[in-house]
Amino acid sequence: MAQQVASEPVVDPTEPELGRVEGRSPTQLVWARLRKDRYAIAGAAFIVVLTLLAVFAGFIAKYVVHHGPNEPFIFSGTAPDGIPYGPSSSFWFGHDTLGRDVFVRVLYGARTSLIVAVVATGIAMIIGVILGLMAGYYRGAVDTMVSRTIDVMMSLPILLLAIGLAAVCGSDRQGCLGGSMQWPSGPASTAMWFVALLLVILGAMQWSRGKAARGGFIIFLGLFAALLHFPVPLPSISPGLPLVIFIIAFVNWTYIARIIRGQVLSLREKEFVESSYATGASDWRIMLREIMPNLAMPIIVYSTLIIPTNILFEASLSFLGVGVSPETASWGRMISDASANGIYQFAPWLMIYPGLFLFLTTFAFNLIGDGLRDALDPRTAK
Amino acid sequence: MIRYIIRRLLWIVVVLMVVTGLTFIIFYVFPTTDPAVLAAGRNPTPQLIAQIRHIFGTDRPLFTQYLIFMKHLFLGDQYGWPGFGFSYQDLQSVKQEMYSRLPVTISLTVGAAVIWLLMGIPIGIVSGLRRRSVADRASMLFALLGVSVPIFWLGLLMLYVFWFKLGIACSSGYVPIFKTAGTVGSYGLLPWACHMAMPWFALAVGYAAFYARMVRGNILETMSEDYIRTARAKGLPERSVVFKHGLRGALTPVVTMFGMDVAFLLGGAIITEVTFDMQGIGLYAYRAVINSDLPAIQATTLLAAFFIVFANLIVDIVYAYLDPRVRYT
Amino acid sequence: MAEPLLEVKNLKVHFPTEDGLVKAVDGVSFSISPGETLGIVGESGSGKSVSMLTTMGLITRKQAIIEGEVIFEGQDLLKLPADEMRTIRGAKMGMVFQDPMSSLHPFFKVGDQIVEAIRAHQNLSKKQAMEQAIDMLRRVGIPRPDERANQYPHEFSGGMRQRAMIAMALVLNPDLLIADEPTTALDVTVQAQILDLISRLKDEFNAAVVIITHDLGVVAEHCDDIQVMYAGKAVEFGASRDIYYSAHHPYTWGLLQSIARLDADVDRLRPIKGLPPSLIFLPRGCSFNPRCPYAFDRCRQEEPELVPANGHHASACHLALADKERIFKEEVALTS
Repeated sequence: MAQQVASEPVVDPTEPELGRVEGRSPTQLVWARLRKDRYAIAGAAFIVVLTLLAVFAGFIAKYVVHHGPNEPFIFSGTAPDGIPYGPSSSFWFGHDTLGRDVFVRVLYGARTSLIVAVVATGIAMIIGVILGLMAGYYRGAVDTMVSRTIDVMMSLPILLLAIGLAAVCGSDRQGCLGGSMQWPSGPASTAMWFVALLLVILGAMQWSRGKAARGGFIIFLGLFAALLHFPVPLPSISPGLPLVIFIIAFVNWTYIARIIRGQVLSLREKEFVESSYATGASDWRIMLREIMPNLAMPIIVYSTLIIPTNILFEASLSFLGVGVSPETASWGRMISDASANGIYQFAPWLMIYPGLFLFLTTFAFNLIGDGLRDALDPRTAK
Repeated sequence: MIRYIIRRLLWIVVVLMVVTGLTFIIFYVFPTTDPAVLAAGRNPTPQLIAQIRHIFGTDRPLFTQYLIFMKHLFLGDQYGWPGFGFSYQDLQSVKQEMYSRLPVTISLTVGAAVIWLLMGIPIGIVSGLRRRSVADRASMLFALLGVSVPIFWLGLLMLYVFWFKLGIACSSGYVPIFKTAGTVGSYGLLPWACHMAMPWFALAVGYAAFYARMVRGNILETMSEDYIRTARAKGLPERSVVFKHGLRGALTPVVTMFGMDVAFLLGGAIITEVTFDMQGIGLYAYRAVINSDLPAIQATTLLAAFFIVFANLIVDIVYAYLDPRVRYT
Repeated sequence: MAEPLLEVKNLKVHFPTEDGLVKAVDGVSFSISPGETLGIVGESGSGKSVSMLTTMGLITRKQAIIEGEVIFEGQDLLKLPADEMRTIRGAKMGMVFQDPMSSLHPFFKVGDQIVEAIRAHQNLSKKQAMEQAIDMLRRVGIPRPDERANQYPHEFSGGMRQRAMIAMALVLNPDLLIADEPTTALDVTVQAQILDLISRLKDEFNAAVVIITHDLGVVAEHCDDIQVMYAGKAVEFGASRDIYYSAHHPYTWGLLQSIARLDADVDRLRPIKGLPPSLIFLPRGCSFNPRCPYAFDRCRQEEPELVPANGHHASACHLALADKERIFKEEVALTS
């Protein structure tokens, strides 16, 4: 260890960096540390590439491999005994039992995974932050109600209930909530395109001003908005996806609410909150202006840590046959189809490719989350 | 302490009531499918469906159904106490079915728990003590891979490679240790262990990885505590600083986590049981949900919730013994 | 003067971190003789604790780049192998820490924790060691020590916990007691009791004591010598009364002016402006120059050495001695 330390370059105090380094804000420090984390960068790169693949899945299907996700090549894709043919030059990941292109379906599966995980995490975050904030700030009766609800939720066999909800609500095309959760279409989808374009331009402007990290993030958000647009015109996604998102958000908000509540409980004892209280600021003002900014970092960290869990959750539900609707490509369902009747023993590509993508995506998100946590708290870093 | 336990037991009853209510709403009120229609077969006559509905009791008002369910639960039914009714699929006692499947889930959970403790804790300790070493970096990378791998994919891969391709592992399914009245086919300790090996491992990998990360974090946190500095300042040998003062602080929270994880799995390791086709509680619950087998759903959900809340109580009591600062009143 | 018990020569402790090399201690020397009390004073991050933790062998070359010499009873502790250092630590040197709540292990009984310290160095039975521990608890003024030994730290009050810590540090009759901010976490009324206890026990055990603190007011009457530290370096050294009645360094003046006194007006309490510098990128010249109201060009270019003004009193400041004495008289003495 000592030699290793000695060989590290000693910082020259005369270098021009000096003035800047002293004035770095915590956020800049986190970014500086994160940029040095090769694993986190690799994870982020994978997610960006995967997002691009998911956004351009339709384009790739149409112009690169020349067939869609649901085109059945029954005769050219499967042998007479029903066993599909393996990977070839035009079907890179082989055919499935209906003769469909596994590669294209894996790309479309990325859409499902990313959308479900990110949107469900977002919804869970909103519910969790609001309830956690209220419970931690008002304490008393509000806290008791929220905390007891969390206690009961945490006593539930959550996977079993999620399967049950998915099964009973998925059996009807209207779903349990009467189909009230619908993806925007018509003018809303045009607006979405506009927002996406705006974000990309904004990000590019930031990037050109030398703020590459922030610019990249905004561009990524823009691409994601574009990705959100895509499922809208596809009839295949409408009933299953919102239901799965709802279920995952429903079982997830408790973790976030509990963490946020704890943070708020300690934050509200801090001097800056008390001084704000003493000057007669309203509860809303204190919550939004004093407490919320301090919750930003935990929210970011827990989002990145919950997204991979939610990706696995969606895949598990789909694997158990209660996830998104059958015609929607989903990695979990592809693996489930592969395991039916032991077909994977003769056509292992049916399970290997979707599983590999699922595994790598979860791993990449975990790398980012881990890197972020280490950057925020270098004491436990590797 | 006694008062505390009594209060907690009452709270358990409340939670279990809420769970039954919630399960009832989700599975009896929400769905549009009628279990009687499912049970009636391909071309049912309206009379047959009505008859089945009467046998199932689903022809009564929902509220009455719930009260009857509660009455049977507390006072017992034709199969004894607690009354869980009969399954809509095979008209067998749900309680009997659950009892016969419990050994499968217990075998799976206990075996996997032993594996993940034996893997996770030592890796976590070494990683935490040798921070930033090659061993630490490597094991944390593997731990991150471990928490990222989907159980069902890992299970299928293992089945494909070790059973189908190499032929060195046993196939999926469960083989009991002892021969009982219901035993069909082989039994015995070795076949049991052989068939359990891959499910144990597939289930344990994620937990082992998670425990390694948790123990590492706890060790890092504990070893930077002031009391560790005090122990060193006393001139204690480093091994008793680490193993007596350090591990005591670092492993105590693991007890809580472990109790809850085991309880969760005893309620049914659904994905593992489905992947390896093991007739445990989890597979039973899963089939019940898919087939709208309402009494079986109620019973398995309640059993799982019971394991969780009861483990919660036990864990809290154990914790009070391990950490003298915690006192319940 | 007698042969010093502990002599620290040009000690440097640098921590490599991802953000750069943290020069926590950067060339510090001092010595202490048996029966003496030395106060080391400075803000947090001035390197006062790090230098003493390094002396105790609690910061090792595993964590930091360490240079210099730490001569204790004739041998250089920095050259000792870890297991030999361990036999000295706890037996010949005891240490008391700032927060007695977190410094005692919450899961073990107080008596057992003291017994552990005894048995790490002496081959005694558990029963004998416990008798010794209870006796020591009595000597630090804990009532009903036989019952108290059987309790957990959380059942003690703050002052009692610190007494137990002192008992643990002194139970093996060490030659040197290091007290790292021993009163900071305690109530004001208890602070004086603990310091008096340390002074009394020092005489009883004929030990040397190092008291680390950020509060000049607390230690003044308990210390023979005082060393003032800033940003990893000693900026002033002298007998307690010299520091108190004719300090030579602007930083010490700042510390004196920030002592709260009951007989003083509230507006006399003058905090030192600004924050301690980053230990990675120290200011050029004197480390204190950005916060010093008397800084001139030379202070921004050239780093001052610790120069003796008269036999026992030294300071590291470019100001002329006459100026220092004038400023102290005209500005500092009035307000402190």
